[in-house]
Amino acid sequence: MNIALPIAGREAQLASGNQAVAEGVRHAGALVAAAYPGTPSTEILEYLSEFADLDAHWATNEKVALEVAYGASLSGVRAFSAMKHVGLNVAADALMSLTLSGAVGGLVIAVADDVGLSSSQNEQDSRYWGRFAHLPLLEPADSQEAYDMAWEAFGLSERFQCPVLLRLTTRVCHVKTRVAFAPPPEADRTGAKPAFAGQPDRLVLVPAIARQRLPVQFARDRELAAFSEECAYNQASGGGDGDGGGTGFIASGPAYLSLRESFPEAPVYKLGFSHPLPFERIREFARGLERLVVVEETEPLVETELRAAGIPVHGKDLLPASGELTATTLRQGLRPLFTDSSDDPGAEPANDPGAAPPLEPVFVRPPTMCVGCPHLGVYYCLSRFKKKAIITGDIGCYTLGAGQPWQALDCVVCMGASIGMALGMDLARRQQGDEAADKKKAIIAVIGDSTFLHMGLQGLIDVVYKGGNITLMILDNSTTAMTGGQDNHASGRDVRGQPAPELDFTALVRALGVRPERIHEVDPYEMPKLFKIIKQETAAPEPSVIITNKPCVLIEDFRPERPLAVIEEACTGCANCLQTGCPALQVTRREVEVKKSGKRFDKAWVRIDSLACTGCRLCAETCGPDVIQPLGDVPVADRAGAEVGA
Amino acid sequence: MNGPAGGDASYNIVVAGTGGQGVMTASEVLAQTALAAGFDVKKTEVAGMAQRGGSVNSQVRFGRQILCPSIAPGEADLLLALEPAEGLRWLGCLKPEGAALVNLTALIPPVVSTGAASYPEDPLASMQASGRAVQGIEATEVSRRLGEPRLVNMVMLGAASAKLPLDPELLAETAMARFLERKKALAELNLRAFKAGQELVGTTSGAG
Repeated sequence: MNIALPIAGREAQLASGNQAVAEGVRHAGALVAAAYPGTPSTEILEYLSEFADLDAHWATNEKVALEVAYGASLSGVRAFSAMKHVGLNVAADALMSLTLSGAVGGLVIAVADDVGLSSSQNEQDSRYWGRFAHLPLLEPADSQEAYDMAWEAFGLSERFQCPVLLRLTTRVCHVKTRVAFAPPPEADRTGAKPAFAGQPDRLVLVPAIARQRLPVQFARDRELAAFSEECAYNQASGGGDGDGGGTGFIASGPAYLSLRESFPEAPVYKLGFSHPLPFERIREFARGLERLVVVEETEPLVETELRAAGIPVHGKDLLPASGELTATTLRQGLRPLFTDSSDDPGAEPANDPGAAPPLEPVFVRPPTMCVGCPHLGVYYCLSRFKKKAIITGDIGCYTLGAGQPWQALDCVVCMGASIGMALGMDLARRQQGDEAADKKKAIIAVIGDSTFLHMGLQGLIDVVYKGGNITLMILDNSTTAMTGGQDNHASGRDVRGQPAPELDFTALVRALGVRPERIHEVDPYEMPKLFKIIKQETAAPEPSVIITNKPCVLIEDFRPERPLAVIEEACTGCANCLQTGCPALQVTRREVEVKKSGKRFDKAWVRIDSLACTGCRLCAETCGPDVIQPLGDVPVADRAGAEVGA
Repeated sequence: MNGPAGGDASYNIVVAGTGGQGVMTASEVLAQTALAAGFDVKKTEVAGMAQRGGSVNSQVRFGRQILCPSIAPGEADLLLALEPAEGLRWLGCLKPEGAALVNLTALIPPVVSTGAASYPEDPLASMQASGRAVQGIEATEVSRRLGEPRLVNMVMLGAASAKLPLDPELLAETAMARFLERKKALAELNLRAFKAGQELVGTTSGAG
């Protein structure tokens, strides 16, 4: 096998796009960075927090993060903010106005689109923000470009006096590629002593001033468009021999790599600085080609703009407008263009899988809550309220409560929505009075600690103001768990794990106006008590808040207890314990019992994976015959669950 | 050694398993070894929800120049499955002449325990029936015998070392490097797991 092409004179290492962005931000000399965790962007700030020469922190939400970065920029220093695609929706209020007042110190916003929805509630194309907010937008395809573009973006931001958007996708953030982190030549910033310079005629966005900023913004649009025509990140390649049957491509981001893989020799115009578009360069590229195909993830955005500019192109008439554009997707989608197979440069190699029978379908293995997770007790209880309550959910690990075996969430939309939706449901039925079909149902909203602070707080203020008859459960597990366990404003630690002020939820909700007798802090492992309190509070005709207070099992605060085991001979197969959803419970045998009434009852005998068990006792609390005991107390011969696996 | 066929631009590996099994560590070791051997490398990662016990896969491609990071169906040379049902799920990634190494110990998730889904009856047999070279590896058993259940990925890497167009010594060295910095005893334990994996492939006759 051949050895790799060298990266010109520089030592290469493997790094993810997220790490590369962090290195680029650091090498650009940024001093302030703020973000809110969100897949696939989370690791950028985690890497930044490891650098001693800049201040990186988790902000309460993306809007605050962007405002913090903007404040630093106005102070003349380079600043950075990172977020996932839906995070920019939250930050959009700040973005849409600060684009008018503009940046002072370089301001770069990395926004990571979860193309293919690996861990998101929707799929959005953040390139629209470049158009909407009149901002330049860079689109790296791999880690080297992510690094180069990240640090170059700061210079562009200062040159054009506006923030620069760095649009990433999952396939950039979470792919490791070879990259050389070579710091840029020292800019002439070394002697600068940045400070805030008051420019009220620019920075105070009252209508009279904002109106004056509009022509500045339009002038900037023209300058950016001119820059796009000369930017080296916009480049044509391939097609030397007129290969490709006269078909040329316009591509950006990782879709460019898929395209190169499928059509190695085809002429491709790669967009790296993709807004504003370099229309003249694209017109030049199009000359002599029979047709152009735009390959973009995800929406038909470049395609629409080129058509509007009078450049005919193919695009989403052939390719999907959602999900990743893989090499296979491109070959399949573009096949209609190459009806004569001889001019199909992307023809698939003869790949006959022979007479192999079709593969057996495999069950979907969804993510689960962890063994001993404090949310297990919450959802075991909530699953008992399903028929008597409407349960609104939110974004985090606890969204998994919608799945098996609990199926205890009725709706999940976006950060903080559990609370506003719950209030809306209450108001809707209140308005219908006695006619309301679901007037007897309780309304329960379930949200995590970090999500509550991100965007739930305001909803609760509204609930109190309107006297909403809802029960809010704040599942405080002392961490932002779903994104990998980031510390937050209620965990008592900062991004580096150092002690930090710890927000007190009970005091907070009390200050928001929830009556003290309607606020309960509960240990979620004490299910009978938790169940009783949920029952009591859902019956109370006013806002209630239940706060569960045990840490995530994956963080250092968590202390496991002695593992449990099942006394096998005494297990009756009642299968109650399986309703906790704990992955440490393993079924050893199943039977269907038909009762005299003809009712079928699925019985299951279990054992416990003692290596995984945290001894939380949730399963023991549900055990009918009380035969789940601490491991050492179960006779050796009966340790049905002493080992893992089948 | 099942090296890539002459003219192939890349060698493609899919590592599959469930969250918490060490899929990412195994693929990281493979990618770093390929880098150390002078190849261009790309490696996909997943995060977020997938780490919560769900299906996890990571893809490693290396060669002179790698463009696309993901491996198209039917384009993988090697499938390293840390769990049998996950092996079956990913079998379609293999080239007809590709090989799969499959840990034989099943991990039964709550969706199966509660009866909402069913686990394939005999994933290894189904894989072997496909006509591809599929070999079962007692990685969990070996790992347990060594007293540390989290060594499954090292046993599997050891087993894979004979199949890869990479120097097994370099692979072992790269695998141990991450532990040497911190705990020497852990490095030794991992090396034992790696060697046990190598021996399993030498002695097991499960090739399909």
